[in-house]
Amino acid sequence: MIYNIPFIVVVLLIIVGLATVVFKRNLIKIVIGITIIESGVNLFLITLGYRENSVAPIYTFAPSTKMVLPVPQALTLTSIVIGVAVMALMLSFAIRIYQHYGTLDSRKIRRLRE
Amino acid sequence: MNMNWLLTHSPALLIAIPLLAAFLTPLIDRLSKRARNVLVLIVLITVEVVMIVLAWDVFTGNTHIYTMGASNPTATIPVQAAIPIRIVLEVDGLSAFMGLISATVSLAAGLYSLAFVRRETGQGRYYTLLLLMLVGMLGMEFTGDLFNLFVFLEILSIASAALIAYRFYRGDAVEGAFKYFVISSLGALMVLFAIGLLYGQYDLLNMAALAKVMKYTMLDKIALVLFIAAFAMKCGAIPMHMWVPDSYTVAPASITAMLVVASQVSLYALFRICFSLYGLTLDVTTVGIIIISLGLLSMFVGVTMALPQKDIKRLMSYHAISQTGYMLLGVGVGLYLIGKPEFSTYGVVAMEGGIFHIFNHALYKGLLFLTAGAIFYKVKTRNLNEMRGLAHSMKFTAIFFMIGAFAIAGIPPFNGFASKLLIYESVYCVSPILSIIAMLVSIITLASFVKVFHSAFMGPPMRNTKEGEVPKSMLIGMVILTVGIILFGLFPGWVVDHIVHPAAQALADQAAYIQAVIGG
Repeated sequence: MIYNIPFIVVVLLIIVGLATVVFKRNLIKIVIGITIIESGVNLFLITLGYRENSVAPIYTFAPSTKMVLPVPQALTLTSIVIGVAVMALMLSFAIRIYQHYGTLDSRKIRRLRE
Repeated sequence: MNMNWLLTHSPALLIAIPLLAAFLTPLIDRLSKRARNVLVLIVLITVEVVMIVLAWDVFTGNTHIYTMGASNPTATIPVQAAIPIRIVLEVDGLSAFMGLISATVSLAAGLYSLAFVRRETGQGRYYTLLLLMLVGMLGMEFTGDLFNLFVFLEILSIASAALIAYRFYRGDAVEGAFKYFVISSLGALMVLFAIGLLYGQYDLLNMAALAKVMKYTMLDKIALVLFIAAFAMKCGAIPMHMWVPDSYTVAPASITAMLVVASQVSLYALFRICFSLYGLTLDVTTVGIIIISLGLLSMFVGVTMALPQKDIKRLMSYHAISQTGYMLLGVGVGLYLIGKPEFSTYGVVAMEGGIFHIFNHALYKGLLFLTAGAIFYKVKTRNLNEMRGLAHSMKFTAIFFMIGAFAIAGIPPFNGFASKLLIYESVYCVSPILSIIAMLVSIITLASFVKVFHSAFMGPPMRNTKEGEVPKSMLIGMVILTVGIILFGLFPGWVVDHIVHPAAQALADQAAYIQAVIGG
């Protein structure tokens, strides 16, 4: 049971994030929702590589050969870097939208749907 | 630098050259605008030439494998290991086919941009992002590694979103870009989660190695659903299409042409996952029917929503959705039949039709968006009710538009006819209803484009527009695509035998895909 807690947290994070993206009207909150989903996915990847009582995967002077899996960590690092770029670009879109429409409410930003 | 060296390293070079040039562009931009344009053009032409050389070699039967960072690029499995650890690029018939599409449309869009964005600011960044889009597309097409697929997917989405918002001084451009980007990021995260699910079970990221051990457990099914949902969303299949008209409409026309190809690259990823990664282990009947229904819905709903549109690019965007339906239908029928005895007779033809349609669609839809951009460049509006009589001043654009419209409606001798005929005659064997719907959609498409041609090009000339045709670089960009349409329309048999058939074969033959990387 105790080992499943991270996976439960992953599911919770993704559901909370999805609900935020779908139901919130504020663009900043939508960006936050996407970031929460991304944290959930990152946590999932990290949890996949975890082994109990193991050390970092550095072979020089390693106290034991029981090591966590390095590949998911590399994936997560890449994913975090991409996530920062995504968030920055989305927030800059939100700034531009606020300058044009004077609001961040997605119901009032609908010039495209005339 | 001999030919063999070029051929061996071309998969890596095709990604590396535009990637390095993309980040060189802003530096050169500081020195001279003209030098920057020359650099971008040289890179695009180089990519096109190398792509043709590589594609020709692939179509004659050699699948190219490139292991990143290995001393011997064809040794996929390192000496100490039993599985492919390094990132492997695998260029088979379908990858080369899609690469040709991306390189050709990017070249046309790059040439077109020279005049089209001349009056805008921040052109250095525009060309940087344009090259990055090309990198993202080629990377997604060539990679044999799932995580790599995710990375290039994100490169493509970020570059596309930034380019959709290129005219950031218009509120609607940023709005469309935001919508596109929310959908893309959601899709990409779903893909990453699915990759995590597969990695957790098999400890593998290489697609060929994964395909060999795939067991189709419950978790694999969940991963498959996530993949299909994400890539169907990214390629704009109905009911996940709402971002397509918004973002295609507001992006600069040259970028819209590239976005069409970007959507098709997602389609490629969808097919690659279904055929090469899961292959016969999945329930081909059910998944085939799902893809066929997605295709039928996209075809029909897309074209009916296109009819009442007044914005020329919005109308074309709905047609883009509808044409995507043809590809989903053709390849979906192939997936539905794979492993059954009928596959070798009409299943293969359906797949060839669907895949051929991808290339044709990229050419004529790219051309149509470029002509819409030319109209916008001239009259500064996209509203069909505010334009008329443009054929008086823009003769070439009118001719290009007509060729594009005939091609999309599937009128011989243009290329749309060739691929649509393949689809009609093969899906008819599965169920006549499919063929009937496909033909009906084609007729409505023609009706819709007759309306556009009439309101934009016919009638007395507009008073307050400048005389004359659009600048030469825009015309050359359109000519490249037009020549493609006419050649493909005049020699469809040769194209199907030498280009489309190897691509369809590569998709259908999962064993060859696995063997190329793992061997045995």
